[in-house]
Amino acid sequence: MQNATPVNSAGAGTRRTLLADYGPTYGALAALVLLVLANALLTPNFADVNNLRNILLQVAPTVLVAVGMTLVIATGGIDLSVGSVMAIAAALAATNLERGLLPAVLLGLVAALAVGFINGALISGFRIQPIIVTLALLITGRGVAQVISRGGQIILIDNRNFMSLGKGFVGPVPMSVLVMLLVVAVAIFVMRATSFGRYVVAVGGNEAAARLAGVKVHRTKIMVYALSGLLAGLAGLIEAAKAEASDATKVGLYIELDAIAAVVVGGTPLTGGRVTVVGTLIGALIMQVITTSFNMLGIGFAWSLVLKAAIILVAVYIQRPRVA
Amino acid sequence: MTNEPVLRMEGITKIFSGVTALSNVSLELERGEVHALVGENGAGKSTLIKIMTGAYTRDGGQMFLEDREVDFRTPEDAQDEGVVAVYQEVNLLTYRTVAENIYLGREPRRFGLIDWKRMNAEAAALLKRLGLDIDPRAPLGSLNIALRQMVAIARGVSFNAKVVVLDEPTSSLTEHEVQILYDVIRRLKSEGTAVVYISHRFDELYTVCDRVTILRDGKFVATRPLAGLEKIDLVCLMLGKQREELRQGTTAFKYAGAAAGETPLMSAENLKRGRKLNDVTVEVARGEIVGMAGLLGSGRTETARAIFGADNVEAGEVRLEGKTIKRGSVNEAIDSGIAFLTEDRKAEGIIPELSVRENLTLAALPALSTLGVVSRARQQEIVDKFMKRLGIKAANADQKIRELSGGNQQKVLLARWLCKNPKFLILDEPTRGIDIGAKGEIQSLVGELAESGLGVLMISSELEELVEGSSRVVVMRDGQRVGELRGDEISQDNIIRAMAEGTTGEATAASTATAHVTDTTPPAAEPPSKGA
Repeated sequence: MQNATPVNSAGAGTRRTLLADYGPTYGALAALVLLVLANALLTPNFADVNNLRNILLQVAPTVLVAVGMTLVIATGGIDLSVGSVMAIAAALAATNLERGLLPAVLLGLVAALAVGFINGALISGFRIQPIIVTLALLITGRGVAQVISRGGQIILIDNRNFMSLGKGFVGPVPMSVLVMLLVVAVAIFVMRATSFGRYVVAVGGNEAAARLAGVKVHRTKIMVYALSGLLAGLAGLIEAAKAEASDATKVGLYIELDAIAAVVVGGTPLTGGRVTVVGTLIGALIMQVITTSFNMLGIGFAWSLVLKAAIILVAVYIQRPRVA
Repeated sequence: MTNEPVLRMEGITKIFSGVTALSNVSLELERGEVHALVGENGAGKSTLIKIMTGAYTRDGGQMFLEDREVDFRTPEDAQDEGVVAVYQEVNLLTYRTVAENIYLGREPRRFGLIDWKRMNAEAAALLKRLGLDIDPRAPLGSLNIALRQMVAIARGVSFNAKVVVLDEPTSSLTEHEVQILYDVIRRLKSEGTAVVYISHRFDELYTVCDRVTILRDGKFVATRPLAGLEKIDLVCLMLGKQREELRQGTTAFKYAGAAAGETPLMSAENLKRGRKLNDVTVEVARGEIVGMAGLLGSGRTETARAIFGADNVEAGEVRLEGKTIKRGSVNEAIDSGIAFLTEDRKAEGIIPELSVRENLTLAALPALSTLGVVSRARQQEIVDKFMKRLGIKAANADQKIRELSGGNQQKVLLARWLCKNPKFLILDEPTRGIDIGAKGEIQSLVGELAESGLGVLMISSELEELVEGSSRVVVMRDGQRVGELRGDEISQDNIIRAMAEGTTGEATAASTATAHVTDTTPPAAEPPSKGA
């Protein structure tokens, strides 16, 4: 009624819709390009291939977690437990490596998936707020990880095959970066082309309407939390492989905050209903470039935090709901 | 009852960003009267109440409290003067005690600290005055909904209330609890408090209210004593119909009417859900459009939602083509071929941020995907077909649905169901709030669909639409089915009469003012398992 939009030509309509759709993502992309260009000019050695590869290496675990977080946030939820899930997966894999690579890796991933499933089941089945449920799992999870690590010991890893997950290369590309790119690509495909992807945004956009259209709301919610858990588990394994050790008190600490920041800066609103996986990748890269460049320029780490905070606020301001 | 006015509102006007919500409305409340305020959707009841209690400021008109002109800027202003509203959803603190809730924000103090003793004593006295047996020290959360509501009323009364507004006070109460409420209201009345009573239930209005003010489309219609006002006249006033007047030929239905009597396509039997649905039975045959009439809150939407499995019912059975559908499961209903176009497009229909394409195909995705991957080609085929068939006007299928007009949004939602080839379609207010053009198109489409064999249950507030579109009209009131009209009986006059009084003897008992007494049986336990 009030928003009857007469559109003259189909072409104009398309362009407008596209802009409205991808506005925040384009904004983030522009910011990233700007950051990279400025650093390439001003920061010595920034444009060096090794440095760029290093940035990707460092950002990979965050991106994996953030992709899962993107799906969760698209349904209007949040997952604070990801860091603890990483620690659980890392601890389980590290303590079971003597049984062989495959059992260790599988054990880690299955446990991570299970924790995510518990999150989803509690949130969906008992209607407890996501922030509470996943906060509980964040606290419990870290405890569980320390118990698995024989009371919080650092478990050293000396399985070369496992370590290649964090340190290995496929041609010139680090293994973990390859995994990250693969996950991002699959996530983009899932959100664009599958009915599950459609359900995720439908649930986040209007849960009541989705339910009445036959969308299995419970199942969808459980799935996104389970996926978030699984991806966090994968990130945990990579972290452990990179460090050649699993430290249950450190692995994935505060990563939930980095992941949420990447999602928000990338253009997926916390209210759910819209999603951009590419945006999340860009958001995570922006944060990493800031950290790396400040480090290289010898500016205090504290200042990079201030700049990140400013970027998050600007991103949220740009995305604020427009009054029709 | 004395006839001195407590509160007078004269010529009240309220405009929301250019749209007039209230125009020149007057209301007069006398000491010790219970005054009903009624009207259909958009009549302006809540706007008027919010102006009365200071939540909104008026754009025109005057208000007098005991012959003194007043101007409430905030709800606190109104409370201080003794004009309070008790809202439908109880806004109290669950973990604080009853006394704390009653005196929240103005606790009696001693040396700057809360005087607990005095507060509890005063609360106890107040509750006793209202005839309520509630411990003021009990945490509010330990009380049931009804008693919480009574505490909310007690809080209102504690402001030395001269006017208490009760907005749908019975919507979450059981039959027994309603009686407690009536007792409280009678006590208030005997103390000289004026009570404004907003409710959709005629039985309540006639039981507890002295006078009624009717609003329609933001305008004042009439104030009448309820004693002696026939229900049919009340309905006519609410709907803006003359009792004698009959208009015809304004909608786009071209429907001859189907032969009734064959086996029903859909049958819903003895649906029961609290006081909202009481033993409702509806049958729809193949190719038949059954209209459903009733005022706001009469149980129309509740019936639709019960059939579709959107709400859990306590008893009853829904069958499609003779096959029982599992209760309370939307997915079962959809899978067996039922479709439901909801009344509230915005809250329960569109997914605003998704495109026309995504909204249109939402219900059909399982059929359009292989191993979870949506087939672009099949999706495009369906979207093209239905956008063309329903004449959906959008820049293209990628436009976000929220940017479309109400009529086009409604067409997309209708297409969401039609592309699944349903057998039975429930339409809840299918043409509300959409432009004339789209309205006619939707009406003729529904007619065509019925001709091709679809069964339709059409809920509508527009009597013309029901009269011209339906082969039968089922009439609801106060959660019950009170009548059915067929063939030549279907006229606006008869529908209004049935809304007010019931028709063919099937519910004459329920049409008396004492209807609520007849069904005081406690909510029935689950009946023995549903049969084959």
